[in-house]
Amino acid sequence: MSVRVGEAASALPFPEAAKKLVANSQLRRNVRHATNVIRSKRGRVVEEMPDWEQLRDSGKAIKDHTLAHLDQYLIQFEAACTKAGGQVHWARDADEANRIIVDLVKRYGSDEVIKVKTMTSDETRLNVALEAAGITPFETDLADLIVQLGDDKPSHIVVPALHRNRMEIREIFMGKMGLDSLGYLPEDLTAAARKYLRERFLRVKVGISGANYLIAETGSVVVVESEGNGRMCLTLPEVLISIVGVEKVIPRFEDLEVYLQLLPRSATGERMNPYNSIWTGVTPGDGPQAFHIVLLDNGRTKVLADPESRETLDCIRCGACLNACPVYRQTGGHAYGSVYAGPIGAILTPQLQSMEHSQTLPYASTLCGACYEVCPVKINIPEILIHLRTKVVDSGHAPLAERLAMKGAAFAMSKASRLSLAHAFARLGQWPFNDDGKLDNLPGLLAGWTEFRDLDAIPSQSFREWWSKR
Amino acid sequence: MYSPSPAAIHYLLVISLFITCYNDALFPQTGQAVVTVLERLGHTVEFRAAQTCCGQMHYNTGYRNDSYTLLRQFLQVFADAEVIVCPSSSCVAMMRDHYPKMADQLNDPALQSQVAAILPRIFEFSEFLTDKLGLTDVGAFYPHTVTLHSSCHGLRSLHLGSKPADLLKQVKGLTLLELPDADQCCGFGGTFAVKNPDVSAAMLSDKLQCILGTNAEACTGADNSCLMHIGGALSRQRTGVRTVHLAEILASTEKSS
Repeated sequence: MSVRVGEAASALPFPEAAKKLVANSQLRRNVRHATNVIRSKRGRVVEEMPDWEQLRDSGKAIKDHTLAHLDQYLIQFEAACTKAGGQVHWARDADEANRIIVDLVKRYGSDEVIKVKTMTSDETRLNVALEAAGITPFETDLADLIVQLGDDKPSHIVVPALHRNRMEIREIFMGKMGLDSLGYLPEDLTAAARKYLRERFLRVKVGISGANYLIAETGSVVVVESEGNGRMCLTLPEVLISIVGVEKVIPRFEDLEVYLQLLPRSATGERMNPYNSIWTGVTPGDGPQAFHIVLLDNGRTKVLADPESRETLDCIRCGACLNACPVYRQTGGHAYGSVYAGPIGAILTPQLQSMEHSQTLPYASTLCGACYEVCPVKINIPEILIHLRTKVVDSGHAPLAERLAMKGAAFAMSKASRLSLAHAFARLGQWPFNDDGKLDNLPGLLAGWTEFRDLDAIPSQSFREWWSKR
Repeated sequence: MYSPSPAAIHYLLVISLFITCYNDALFPQTGQAVVTVLERLGHTVEFRAAQTCCGQMHYNTGYRNDSYTLLRQFLQVFADAEVIVCPSSSCVAMMRDHYPKMADQLNDPALQSQVAAILPRIFEFSEFLTDKLGLTDVGAFYPHTVTLHSSCHGLRSLHLGSKPADLLKQVKGLTLLELPDADQCCGFGGTFAVKNPDVSAAMLSDKLQCILGTNAEACTGADNSCLMHIGGALSRQRTGVRTVHLAEILASTEKSS
C-alpha cells in the first residue's frame, strides 16, 4: 500500500514556499480580501445562533462516536447503498482508487468525465490518472474550473481559487476558452463559464463527485454546494461515480440536522447551502442509472489508530480554520504543498502521508488558537500540532542546531544555578553583537529573528540578582 | 500614598512570584514592577530562587521529554505556595492547558493530583488583580497614550477578556487607544518566529500597521514575549513607539513617574 496526498511528497518545505508567496502582493491582497469577507459573514451568522455551542458539541460527539464504530457504520452503509442499487468499491490507497475509477469510465465507454466537489480526487491525483488513460476530466465547480484552466493548484478547501482576483480569472478564461473579448464583472465571468460548462453537462456521460456525508442507515450520499453545477453533475450523466473518504460516514439521516446547520454557516457564512443534493442508490428513470461509490482509506485508518490525534478525522471540510488562521491569511494555500491547506492541512497531510514528507507543516503555526475557536466540530488543532511536532523531534527529523539548542536550554533550566551561569555566559557572549543596547545581527538560529527585528541586549542585572540584593 | 479600599482585599496573602525564565533574564523590570504593585497593595511577595522555566518552549516545539523534567521541577519548587502569580499569559496558559495533559501522558497518578492541586493557585498577573483581589484601580499614574495588544494565549486560553483593559482604564493620566484587529496574532509563536521568519515578519508588519495607526506612544500587553517581538520591529523600523508590560504601567505612580 502506498499512501499519497496530491503532490505533497515533492513539495517545498513550508518556510521556503511561504517566503516566495509572502512576496507576492497581489496574492496577499486577494487572500486577505477573500478571507476577511468570509470571516465577517461567518461571524454574523454564527452569532445569531443561540445554540451554536451545543451544535458544535453535537457535531463533535456524532463524529467521535462514528469513528469509534467506523467498521460497523461503513458495512451498514455498504449494505444499504447496495440494496438501493449502488455499487460499493473499497480502495486502500490513491492508486487503487484511481484504478477503479479509470476502469469504470472505460467500461462505460467514455473518454471524458465531468467532475464536481471532490478534493479527495485531488488527494489521489485522479485527473493525472484519467489523462494518462486517455480520459479528459472537466472540472465544473466554478473555482475548480478556474484552477484547472489556469494550470494552477487549489489554495483553499472550500474556495479553491481564492488566491485569484477577477482580472486574473478573466485572463485565464479568455486564453483557455478562446474568447476575443470578455467583460470583467462577476456576471460576465459566470456567463462565460456557464456557456463553457453547459455544453459539457449535456454531452458527457460520466460524472465524478465527492461527498460531504454518507448516511449509514439509508445508504444515502450527500453533496452540498452553492452553484448548482454540482446538481448538474449529479443528475445529468448516465453514470455517477463518487469518491469518498471513509471518515465521511454518519450514522443516521437525522444527524444531518446538526451538520446542515454547522457546515454552511462555518464554510461560506450562509444559513443554508443553496443546493443540498441527497441520493440513495439508483432511481429508475430519474438521474444516473448506474451509481458507483469508491470508499477511500489512503492513510485514514492509520490516523484513526492514534488516540492523541484521531479527532483530525472529525473534520467536515468547512475551511473556517483557514480563514481564521493568521498564517494562512499571509500565504494562501499553496505554501502547504498539499490539497489540504491551512491549520487542518497542517495536521492532516503529515498524518496521512508519512511525517518525513511534511515535517515542516506542524511548525507552520503560532499556536494562536484561532482555528480551534472557530472549528465547528471542536478539533483541538493546536494540541495536535504539538503532538505532531513531538513526532518530528522523536523521529530525529528536527534540525541539528535546534536539537542542540533545546538540549542546552533544557540542561541550563534543570537547575537554577546552571540557569544563572547560562545568563552570565550569554551576557558576556553578546558583546560582539551589541549595538548601543540593541542586538540586530545575531548568528545561527537567532538570525531568523534579527533579520526583521532588533533584540534588547541582555540587561546587566537579572531579576533574581536584583532580588537577592534587595 | 495609595491605600486600597478595605472592600477590595479580603485578607493579605503571601504571593509567590513565578517570574518566568525570559522575564528573569531579559525583562527584570517587569518582575520588579509586579513586586512593587503587590507590595503596594499590602501583600507579601516571595521569590523562590530554585525556579527556572515552565517548559513551554520545549513542549510547544516537540521536546516533550525535556518539558516533563521542567514540569516536575516547577511542582517541586511551588508545591506549598499559597498563591502563585506570573506576569506572562502564555506561561500560565502552558501550565493550565498542558500540565494536566502532561501528567496524563506520563500516566503518573501522584503527578496528576499534584497538578490538579496547584493549578487553582496559579494566576496570571492581571487576572490575579481583577479576579482574586477584585481590583481594577491599583493607584497607578501613567500620563501617556497607550494601545493594548491582547496576546493570543491571554485571549483564547486564559479568556482574560477585558481584564487588562479594565486595569488600564483606571490608570490616572492614561489614554487607552483601541487597537484594530486586536484578536490577530503578532506572529511570534515562540520558535515559529525563527523557524518561519518570513511569515512571522509578514504578520508582524500587519500588527505594526495597526499599532502605528492608533498613534499611541506605547503598546502594552500582559506578555513580554509578544511585546519583545512587536518591540523588536518597532525598534528596527525606528518608529519611536515603545513596548511596556502592563505591570510596569501599573507600578508607575505620581511619585515614581
